[in-house]
Amino acid sequence: MNQELKQHVLKALSKNVRYDGRKCLEYRQVSVEYGISESAEGSARVKIGGTEVIAGVKVETATPYPDTPNQGNLMVNAELLPLSNPKFETGPPGEQATEVARVADRAIRESKAIDVHKLVLKPGERVWAINIDICSINDEGNLQDAATLAALAALKDARFPKLTEHGEVDYDSEKTNEKLPLAREPVEVTVIKVGEHYFVDALSDEEKAIEARLTVGVTEKGTVCAMQKGGDAPLSVDEIDKMIEIAQKLAPTLRKAL
Amino acid sequence: MTYHKRFDGRGFDELRPMSAKVGIVPRADGSAMFKIGKTVAYAAVYGPRDLHPKFMQNPQTGILRINYNMMPFSGHGERVRPGGSRRSKEICMVMQNALLPALNLKEFPNAVVDVFVELPQTDAGTRCAGIMAASMALADAGLEMKDLVCAVAAGRVEDKIVLDLNYFEDSHEDGADVPVAVLPNSGKVTLLQMDGEMTREQIKEAITKAKEACEELYELQKKALKERFARE
Amino acid sequence: MKEELHAQDKSIVIPGEALATGMSFLPGPGTYREQETILAQRLGMVSVEGKVIKLVALSGKYLPKMKDKIIGRVIDVLLTGWRLDINSPYSAVMTLKDATSEFIPRGANLTQYYNLGDYVVCQIVNVTSQKLIDVSMKGPGLRKLRGGRVIEVSPFKVPRIIGKDGSMVTMIKQATGCDIVVGQNGWIWLDGEPEKEVIAVNAIKKIEVEAHLGGLTNRMSEWLEQQTGVKVQPAGGPQ
Repeated sequence: MNQELKQHVLKALSKNVRYDGRKCLEYRQVSVEYGISESAEGSARVKIGGTEVIAGVKVETATPYPDTPNQGNLMVNAELLPLSNPKFETGPPGEQATEVARVADRAIRESKAIDVHKLVLKPGERVWAINIDICSINDEGNLQDAATLAALAALKDARFPKLTEHGEVDYDSEKTNEKLPLAREPVEVTVIKVGEHYFVDALSDEEKAIEARLTVGVTEKGTVCAMQKGGDAPLSVDEIDKMIEIAQKLAPTLRKAL
Repeated sequence: MTYHKRFDGRGFDELRPMSAKVGIVPRADGSAMFKIGKTVAYAAVYGPRDLHPKFMQNPQTGILRINYNMMPFSGHGERVRPGGSRRSKEICMVMQNALLPALNLKEFPNAVVDVFVELPQTDAGTRCAGIMAASMALADAGLEMKDLVCAVAAGRVEDKIVLDLNYFEDSHEDGADVPVAVLPNSGKVTLLQMDGEMTREQIKEAITKAKEACEELYELQKKALKERFARE
Repeated sequence: MKEELHAQDKSIVIPGEALATGMSFLPGPGTYREQETILAQRLGMVSVEGKVIKLVALSGKYLPKMKDKIIGRVIDVLLTGWRLDINSPYSAVMTLKDATSEFIPRGANLTQYYNLGDYVVCQIVNVTSQKLIDVSMKGPGLRKLRGGRVIEVSPFKVPRIIGKDGSMVTMIKQATGCDIVVGQNGWIWLDGEPEKEVIAVNAIKKIEVEAHLGGLTNRMSEWLEQQTGVKVQPAGGPQ
């Protein structure tokens, strides 16, 4: 985006008007739909305006990692599908997909949203492995916030599968009614700074103008559980504080959609 | 062995419940969803657009490129590892051959039409569902086509010829699976594969039944495409 | 064989759908004949003109045509010109001589004229069979677009957005005070006060969605008045 086009974005932000008419600190409409994939143990579709992301949870059994013999395994992966944006390519996850996955993972893991101690089948030998996969369907900006929300929603929707006598997952049977041990509900709000202006829920056009962004994971108690700074502009401590405050204020808007 | 009643209680020639919707990915140049039983396929078309790498370009015509992908949580059983497999590579190829006879890309030398087929949930019949969705998405993208393409699997379970096999039928040890794609106007077959043993008579019966079922599939595609552009 | 028209005028048809049977009907653009039958060659809206049956396209990419006034974005600076993305399957080239009447000395830094990411309104002056496209900046109204924003609409809705002799876009300009340039390629450039610009964008989106409905001009003038408080009338006054 050239300087003149960016100045135009700034002019609108200075009047608290976004390109789609929203205010700076306003989200597009957020919606969550559960159980969108019957193949998964849990799944959800999240829409933020025109942006659409789905997430699915596969529950398997596995051997625990050697350093955490008494904890279940948790993994978050994201696929930015070429179906969702003409710029996305096939092949292994690129930088953006990796960041989306890792930042979503951090909010869920570090808030201890899933109580991994309750995922042990046989200490040191067999544990539950929870695999969350996030797939973008239509990218009209702000995939990160949509991705984290979809991951959490899919976890909420998930039910344990049945086990056979030999302790293997019985995928041929209906799953049980037992929910995953979901202890917390973290969501992520990405706050963007361009010039002197802060805003959230960027449209694709606005993403091109981003100087600095801060994704903040916020729990239902309002505590901060993960962060990721992006963009190449440096931030002052006061600016960071302001951005966290915005994220804490707006987190309930996302959680309300769950 | 006699297959008296299908596992899910359907008639032997009965398709699973279906639905279709066009325009599901607003960013794409064309898109559609097709659902049959528990198998769901999304398809998005991008292009014609610039083709890289350059050595793939054809100065005589545009080319069609299909990318078939099962979402990691879409399989029966364990998580499907992302990234292509030998299976998905072959499916892309046969889907391309299934769709290409309907398409004319002569107006687009050196360009590519990309079709991305994604499956959020599966219960057998994914390549046929993918062709159903892709065919609608290509029409939605405004490309020159002389026909749509319809597809469904036929097959054998024990002594019976059945249509639209589900996972349990598809994986039944005494059986065979015959995915078929058809150009509905001419009745010509553009995709044909088979695994499992069948007699020549059974094969003919299976293909004929699949062709007949395509009428129903075609009506559904037609309705979904018209709904997309209908006047309010 | 019986002569019969299967598809009604203005109905939506899908590729391969039979439109008419009989040799007295003639296949127009977007259709083809197979023996006695005329079939649709793409998804579109039927237009019956006497015995000629043609299809009006409803979707698809912009296909470059000679003399079209379009909006392009500079994506590369070449030795002797610029390469532009023109929202079509093919990019276009603007050569030095087509770019400006100014004298550009050999070895000059071309980015001082047009830089990467700049938008221009230009005109297509050549399209070859292999889809090599040349554009020119020489002509009335052709210029570099400074600031503002660019939105995308279906190129097939552009005629309705422009309106008869530019009446529709003029109405939007008057009501919102925005400067608007509509490219035939589906890119539209706008520049105005932020709130007014949002109204202009919404007006354009509304036309895009409702393009096929009757009474569009009057409906839009009412809508614009309600949004902006400015009373606007279609160019040429009420008819």
